[in-house]
Amino acid sequence: MFATLSDRLTGILTKLRSKGRLTDADIDAAAREIRLALLEADVALPVVRVFINAVKERARGAEVSQALNPGQQVIKIVHEELIGILGGEARRLQFAKQPPTVIMLAGLQGSGKTTLAGKLGRWLREQGHQPLLVAADLQRPNAVNQLQVLGERANLEVYAPQPGNGVGDPVQVARDALDHARRQARDIVIVDTAGRLGVDAEMMAQAAAIRDATSPDETLFVIDAMVGQDAVTTAEAFRDGVGITGVVLAKLDGDARGGAALSVRHVTGQPILFASTGEKLDDFDVFHPDRLAGRILGM
Amino acid sequence: LSRDRLDEDAWEEVEETLLGADVGVAATTDLVARLRERTRVLGTRSADELRAMLSEELVAVLAPELDRTLAAHRVDGAPGVLLMVGVNGSGKTTTCGKVARVLVADGHSVVLGAADTFRAAAADQLATWAGRVGAEVVRGAEGADPASVAFDAVRRGAEAGVETVVIDTAGRLQNKVGLMDELGKVKRVIEKRTRVTETLLVIDATTGQNALTQAKVFTEAVDVTGVVLTKLDGSAKGGIVIGVQRQLGIPVKLVGLGEGPDDLAPFDPKQFVAALLGGAP
Ligand SMILES: Nc1nc2c(ncn2[C@@H]2O[C@H](COP(=O)(O)OP(=O)(O)OP(=O)(O)O)[C@@H](O)[C@H]2O)c(=O)[nH]1
Ligand SMILES: Nc1nc2c(ncn2[C@@H]2O[C@H](COP(=O)(O)OP(=O)(O)OP(=O)(O)O)[C@@H](O)[C@H]2O)c(=O)[nH]1
Ligand SMILES: [K+]
Ligand SMILES: [Mg+2]
Ligand SMILES: [Mg+2]
Repeated sequence: MFATLSDRLTGILTKLRSKGRLTDADIDAAAREIRLALLEADVALPVVRVFINAVKERARGAEVSQALNPGQQVIKIVHEELIGILGGEARRLQFAKQPPTVIMLAGLQGSGKTTLAGKLGRWLREQGHQPLLVAADLQRPNAVNQLQVLGERANLEVYAPQPGNGVGDPVQVARDALDHARRQARDIVIVDTAGRLGVDAEMMAQAAAIRDATSPDETLFVIDAMVGQDAVTTAEAFRDGVGITGVVLAKLDGDARGGAALSVRHVTGQPILFASTGEKLDDFDVFHPDRLAGRILGM
Repeated sequence: LSRDRLDEDAWEEVEETLLGADVGVAATTDLVARLRERTRVLGTRSADELRAMLSEELVAVLAPELDRTLAAHRVDGAPGVLLMVGVNGSGKTTTCGKVARVLVADGHSVVLGAADTFRAAAADQLATWAGRVGAEVVRGAEGADPASVAFDAVRRGAEAGVETVVIDTAGRLQNKVGLMDELGKVKRVIEKRTRVTETLLVIDATTGQNALTQAKVFTEAVDVTGVVLTKLDGSAKGGIVIGVQRQLGIPVKLVGLGEGPDDLAPFDPKQFVAALLGGAP
């Protein structure tokens, strides 16, 4: 269904075999193809626009005009720019000077937060930490049980003082979890929260209250890699409503191009820290910008 | 679309409205070409007229004449069987609960079959919904064969003489061949006993272009008869269903508008298009 960007650009730029400056018309034609490729990969329109301008700027420069194959050179620029955006300021998790480190998970309904809590907990324990999972989604039917099952599978303690399904105060649970963690000598607290929409002011306020009660060292925004143009609006809402310190891209084991990652990076300015790549607890990896850049371009 | 002359800016605005709603490049290009042709022939001058025409075209692509009722009722002395399928987290289990709610409210009896034996607490979640809406649930052990749980559910529904059996399945990404085969088996095993009257593909409205691939591959596996577009209560427009309808002819039948039992509505093409174009519904 999707032609790769290489195919497309080769089509219009192979004519320009010899060295020489690309004309503005050449660059515009290339820019149109790049735009289509990005849109088909679900990069959001406003982000596509900014990106294309940056690529055009570079395409007018010496590195292209002196290249043997200007088409390949343009692709290289696009690829590099993508990696730059996706990987800028790559960093590790921030840990608290005074344990416990608090990691709060937030995102839309069904994005992959609860599953990630289990994965992240397992991964951190393998690195010698003592994580505690906190069941602060008291809304979604059986979210508490789900986290308990995951905790059991990963052999992690789950703090779940409330049954959920509408019963209990998630802010209180999150607050109490910190005391519990100190008592149990847990050095990391991972707070699972209910899925919420950016447009739901009440639920966004609840997320902010959980944040205020726990002062997270990391607030990770978990987003489904299949998301389309709405990524910008949603990321803005979580950025402004909860404050995001990092991003996790979930369901990357699918065949979506994952252009939403570019949108989220652009909007939040925060790094993508992890990739969630399956339903099992070890389907989890640190994020690799180069892999996603290639994937967005269909390379 | 507020200008009163059809300059290139007006066209660009049309294009960006569509692309920004996840309608996709192919469908957008198609629609814009048709509109350009129509405005040329008709001599359309105002952006208002263009907007009205765009709305008409979009509604037309969604085939408003199609029958969007659910085949959920008893036929030939057997319960209607709904099979809920889709990628992970799209809203299948919730939709099973909501659909049961509508049927129960109409005085029908419903069995919910928990054929997601894989995800943590998936059967508990469906059981909670069953309790909420007054339906019976049939479930198997964690890790049990989903096809046999589905079979047990339709058998129970037939024995109890219920109106409808709704089968919830585990979320799966369409590029997982083994899981897609498993889903095909679930359907085949049910069909050893009775007909699946409706196979609903649940698509999250925030989904981008990947929904086209979802619709294609799920249809190949289990012959999808309708789409449920969930999470339309968020900021996403769900424009990808235009491509799904256009390429595969699968109509949207229901929309999900929240997490509560009553947050389900029939799909209304006109209302959907109005919301997509940013106007009042
Ligand atoms: N294939 C795949 N499935 C995933 C991944 N992460 C999560 N899932 C699945 O996606 C679905 C939703 O995951 P959850 O962890 O429940 O998502 P959530 O964000 O906690 O959902 P809510 O609490 O309802 O908002 C489940 O079926 C998970 O098994 C992933 O990386 N790949
Ligand atoms: N806002 C909103 N949330 C919804 C809607 N439908 C489902 N949800 C939420 O989305 C999340 C996932 O819903 P589920 O019904 O568990 O999705 P699923 O497809 O069964 O997920 P898996 O079985 O894990 O693949 C839950 O938090 C639901 O409450 C909807 O129409 N609007
Ligand atoms: K909407
Ligand atoms: Mg959850
Ligand atoms: Mg489910």
